[in-house]
Amino acid sequence: MTNEECKQVVIDIIAEIAPDEDVSDINPDVALREQLDLDSMDFLDIVMELRKKHGIEVPEADYGELASLGSCAAYLTPKFNALV
Amino acid sequence: MQQSRIVITGVGLTSPNGNSLEEYRKNLLEGKAGVSRIEMRYMGDVLAGVCDFDALRYQKRKELRVGTRAGSISIYCAREAVADCGIDFESVDKSRVGIYVGTTEHGNVETENEVYNISQFDYDTKYWSHHHNPRTVSNNPAGEASLNLKVTGPAYTVGAACAAGNLGLIHAVQMLRLGEVDFAIAGGVSESIQTFGIFAGFKSQGALAEHEDPSKASRPFDTDRNGIVVSEGGCLYTVERLEDALERGAKIYGEVVGYHVNSDATDYVLPNPERQAECMRAALKRAGMQASDIHIVNTHATATPMGDIQECEAIGEVFADCPETHINNTKGYIGHAMGAAGSLELAGNLPSFDDGMVHPTINVDNLDPKCALPNLVLNKPVKAKQVDAILNNSFGMLGINSALIIKRFTK
Repeated sequence: MTNEECKQVVIDIIAEIAPDEDVSDINPDVALREQLDLDSMDFLDIVMELRKKHGIEVPEADYGELASLGSCAAYLTPKFNALV
Repeated sequence: MQQSRIVITGVGLTSPNGNSLEEYRKNLLEGKAGVSRIEMRYMGDVLAGVCDFDALRYQKRKELRVGTRAGSISIYCAREAVADCGIDFESVDKSRVGIYVGTTEHGNVETENEVYNISQFDYDTKYWSHHHNPRTVSNNPAGEASLNLKVTGPAYTVGAACAAGNLGLIHAVQMLRLGEVDFAIAGGVSESIQTFGIFAGFKSQGALAEHEDPSKASRPFDTDRNGIVVSEGGCLYTVERLEDALERGAKIYGEVVGYHVNSDATDYVLPNPERQAECMRAALKRAGMQASDIHIVNTHATATPMGDIQECEAIGEVFADCPETHINNTKGYIGHAMGAAGSLELAGNLPSFDDGMVHPTINVDNLDPKCALPNLVLNKPVKAKQVDAILNNSFGMLGINSALIIKRFTK
């Protein structure tokens, strides 16, 4: 999986858990919470969906890695690739 | 002690046959039921009363995903009631607003959904949603409404089985009289059609209705009645002290002049007509009225063989020799809306103060002789000589009884 493909996985999850948000133009270098109406429960939803849909575990200590789309991709892409 | 007079100034509702008081009332007078067949997890087809209100009118899609159906019904009903009452809600001190929502049960739906969810993952609880607790706390339906309306006063549910719709409204009356709040949003809601457990429980009890024609399945007082049609729905009222309502020139639907709540203390499920009669009499006493002063009695009758007979026994005793008292029922149209039943059923009769019509009990092809009360309005609406007072019965499991009396408002 490439970084771009990983970003799309995260965008798809955000589109599902925050269906009122426009996810078509997320700046990968800016914190998600600064661009979208997301709260801490929404981030827990992202963690849950990664677990349910993709078998990816994000330990609580690493939640900060999900701050932006770019940091999500940097953190999650190796995890996805380790699954294969 | 002189108590404040309390009036109803707004109505917001969703029922299986209408999403506004106007639509609901029209369908009651035209005999239109709102029962349908739905697929129920583990059970197959069941009959249910399903609401089709526009949840997105007052909520975002994310709020619908995170919240509960009961919360959504509360929000819809609360916002509709507030709009209907004509108050400038923006300028209202939200810390002085109370939200009191009657519920039969809450949390079954959300817990069943989570158990089903983890069943897809070999029952590994790490897949259990973090939304489960805020969804299942018993104040959820009122709490979601407080979030939506930015109400910072007391907002909680009143758990009272199927008497809860009356209890929500009664609690609002008490809190207004105590001066705890200045404006209340109160009544009852139900999301019960989302839980297979309610259906399966009634089926095991031999009390779940079945009929090839869904619109004929709920048939209180009919000899062929065979149980309850479970429904969702809600009805919340705005309730105010009379002086406040008059000061702002509010429309007044009616005055809450009497109520009573008691308990059978005899059985988990079976009603007790003696206690039901006591409840109605105590409500009349509080209102300073005679039985003959009541022009409509809404029956709680759910179309179970014993329950209908026992309520008729109680009503027959209290309202013996009351030729101007009409008796009706709403469950034939909408099924049993559980926590919303009492408040929805009252709403169905409130317009009678204006139009003088009494909507009938429908689906009575063969009246059970044991339910043959004088002035039972069957299958066709009747024009009453006058409608000045309504007694609204609502009873529930574990023997909780409630009777509420609403009077036409006169200064």
